[in-house]
Amino acid sequence: MQMPIPDASVLSRKPEIVARLQAILPGDAVIFEPTEVKVYECDGLTAYRCPPLAVVLPSSTAEVSAVLRACHDLGVKVVPRGAGTSLAGGSMPTADAVILGVARLTEVLETDYANRFIRVQTGRTNLSVTGAVEAEDFFYAPDPSSQLACAIAGNIAMNSGGAHCLKYGVTTNNLLGVTMVLMDGTVVELGGAHLDAPGLDLLGIVCGSEGQLGVVTEATLRILRKPEGARPVLIGFDTSEVAGACVSDIIKAGVLPVAIEFMDRPCIRACEDFAHAGYPDVEALLIVEVEGSEAEIAEQLAKIVAIARRHNPVELRESKSAEESALIWKGRKSAFGAMGQIADYICLDGTIPIGELPFVLRRITELTASYGLGVANVFHAGDGNMHPLILYDANKDGDLDKAERLGFDILRLCVEVGGCLTGEHGVGVEKRDLMDVQYAPADLEAQLRVKDVFDPRWLLNPAKVFPLAVSESRRAA
Amino acid sequence: MSTCDPTSEAELSDAIRAAAASDTPLAIRGGGTRGSSAAATGQPLRMSGITGITLYDPGALTLVVRAGTPLAEVEAALAAEGQRLPFEPWDGRALSGANGAPSIGGMVATNASGPRRIQAGACRDSMIGVRFVDGTGAVVKNGGRVMKNVTGLDLVKLMAGSHGTLGVLTEVGFKVLPASETVATLVLHGLDVPRAVAAMTAATAAPFEVSGAAHVPDGFGDGPATLLRLEGFEGSVLHRARELKRVLAPFGESHKVDGPGDWSRLRDGAFFAGATGAVWRISVKPTDGAHVAAALPQARLVLDWAGGLVWALVPEDLDLRAALAHVPGHATLVRASTEARARWGLFHPEPAAVTALSEGLRRKFDPAGILNRGLMRSRVPTPA
Repeated sequence: MQMPIPDASVLSRKPEIVARLQAILPGDAVIFEPTEVKVYECDGLTAYRCPPLAVVLPSSTAEVSAVLRACHDLGVKVVPRGAGTSLAGGSMPTADAVILGVARLTEVLETDYANRFIRVQTGRTNLSVTGAVEAEDFFYAPDPSSQLACAIAGNIAMNSGGAHCLKYGVTTNNLLGVTMVLMDGTVVELGGAHLDAPGLDLLGIVCGSEGQLGVVTEATLRILRKPEGARPVLIGFDTSEVAGACVSDIIKAGVLPVAIEFMDRPCIRACEDFAHAGYPDVEALLIVEVEGSEAEIAEQLAKIVAIARRHNPVELRESKSAEESALIWKGRKSAFGAMGQIADYICLDGTIPIGELPFVLRRITELTASYGLGVANVFHAGDGNMHPLILYDANKDGDLDKAERLGFDILRLCVEVGGCLTGEHGVGVEKRDLMDVQYAPADLEAQLRVKDVFDPRWLLNPAKVFPLAVSESRRAA
Repeated sequence: MSTCDPTSEAELSDAIRAAAASDTPLAIRGGGTRGSSAAATGQPLRMSGITGITLYDPGALTLVVRAGTPLAEVEAALAAEGQRLPFEPWDGRALSGANGAPSIGGMVATNASGPRRIQAGACRDSMIGVRFVDGTGAVVKNGGRVMKNVTGLDLVKLMAGSHGTLGVLTEVGFKVLPASETVATLVLHGLDVPRAVAAMTAATAAPFEVSGAAHVPDGFGDGPATLLRLEGFEGSVLHRARELKRVLAPFGESHKVDGPGDWSRLRDGAFFAGATGAVWRISVKPTDGAHVAAALPQARLVLDWAGGLVWALVPEDLDLRAALAHVPGHATLVRASTEARARWGLFHPEPAAVTALSEGLRRKFDPAGILNRGLMRSRVPTPA
């Protein structure tokens, strides 16, 4: 993976730049010693590292604005950072950039249950947003697997999803408003507690923009009342083809489960060893969860079970208790961690039309074999968002390179069958150079123009999202 | 004036390229049912030649359709599979009196969403892909046919509600949902607006998935009526109706009415059809619905979205935005005389910093300024 050559003039001006930042922020909010900035050298995509020029940790929107204005004046690039859990390298530094972390922006600013929203500073973690409202039986719906650690700022930047978005949507569907600071320090308010925009839907373009357009410091989020109850059912099949057909039939029947998760045998075994969730040892396992009162759960599960039985499952088991349900989800949500105990892996995130599932799984198996690597599959089957985990050995020469090439082949396959490169993790640096597989030059040009409007000097989160050759003339200008 | 009637995306691209070169403004026409495009000046560009459902996969809950396709054709195709567009698009004809057929492109360009907005999201929330031709004639695609997609910047959302000012939509992909087996409405009588808003917000804050919460102060001939809709499988609706009655008990006894009821009239603002005056749609946070009512004593009102959407019928000379200056939100003028439209503008003014971004986007996507010229401009930018 290639990054632009750092700007030598910026590197040589480091003392001046640090002094300018120190004039704006308290002493402990500017980090510049080489040993200390090293902490920020990577995010969740640990294969790539680069210590930044400096790190700033502002505590208010005003401080963020002052920092950005100073960097804008000095011509210094800025990489925004939430909690640093990005799997796509979304907050990976460059040597000539200042990392702007929102870790000190963690306040809850307003909770309003009648109007069903919470306003928070964006350094707050996803799970702690729910934590702030669950005493009143409310919750914040998007639930990425990293929800214990990941920040709302990063969720907004990547338009994060989760296991339950089949019913509740992703971040963009649960975001009502933001306070955002542009690269030149201008503070804009988009949206609010009311619905929809009076003019262009700028909130819609900001969500998922991967730190290319501005730094979001505050967010108004939709909160929902918790359902009366929820229960998962485990359905095991001999082949992934049959599991795929079962998913499609459930959806066609008009049942909308809150989640439909899929795991293949390597993943089931790893999760079972890790979490002891009681998963059956089968070729393909579905976790289907429904919500509501006891009677509503029974009504929906009856329909789902009837459909599943037509596909001759080898195992069909409803959760009998809240403890068992929690264990079933613990197994699924620890999939990445469980696989990490077995091998190094690259986690892919392509989405495919559900109907292509059997073909794509077969091709993934063939491709993986041709590279001599292993793969485990876990994904959100209801919406076609796949997470193949490519297993490799980081200590073996050339293995990472092989795994990356296999990953690219699988993502190309996702696009070929009508899907996309990334369903919820974002492009970052990881998939940057594949963007022209999915998008024609005119498609990319339209996106670049949006960036031109929000960040005319191309200083925010450089060398991400767009192929380097595509953005080169703008970055050089 | 001659019209422009492309029958393909390629023809549309050629037409726009030519119009840009000759500085000919184009007024984009979908079904012509909302009257908003009438405010744009230029040669009519009719989209009725770019039609057809290009993909419908009920098992994946996805539909892709060309922009000129009549909405009715899409709704019929979905109904045949027991599915629907989740956001319940409102039909402009009741207010505008127009004869046309609402089109997919017009629905998307206005981000038209109805009562179910509070539970299922707006039109933009169901959109998963777009194709459009920008003001230079370039064909652009964004998103696609899958419901989870964060690949690159989300131009899909940007195009929703952009009123044709950034590009001319040619194709849109949607996430669709199962239609409801059963519909029922709980009705409360006799509440004033503040009590009605309190009842509606109590209902939407309960875990019973209320899919419509509206208040009609004039009622249906028997005094103020507050309506709360439940949809789903039969057993589930019965259960939730029982539970919701309990939640609503402090506001009086509610009566359950089975079937679709008056929701399509509420959706379309049909209560004000034929009445004299200007009709506004005001978006505020739900509890501010009561403040809107208090600030507009001379208005006839209907509240939707639990109080968060206020339809207001007021005299044409009332400066409604000034009257509501203390309430955060926005007001769109949806029906008025040409004079009142010119005086107030259809769209709510935005802060200067936001206007600068919006205008910047328009200049990038339509550098010659030929697409729906005159629409969506803030008349008097307010200070940031």
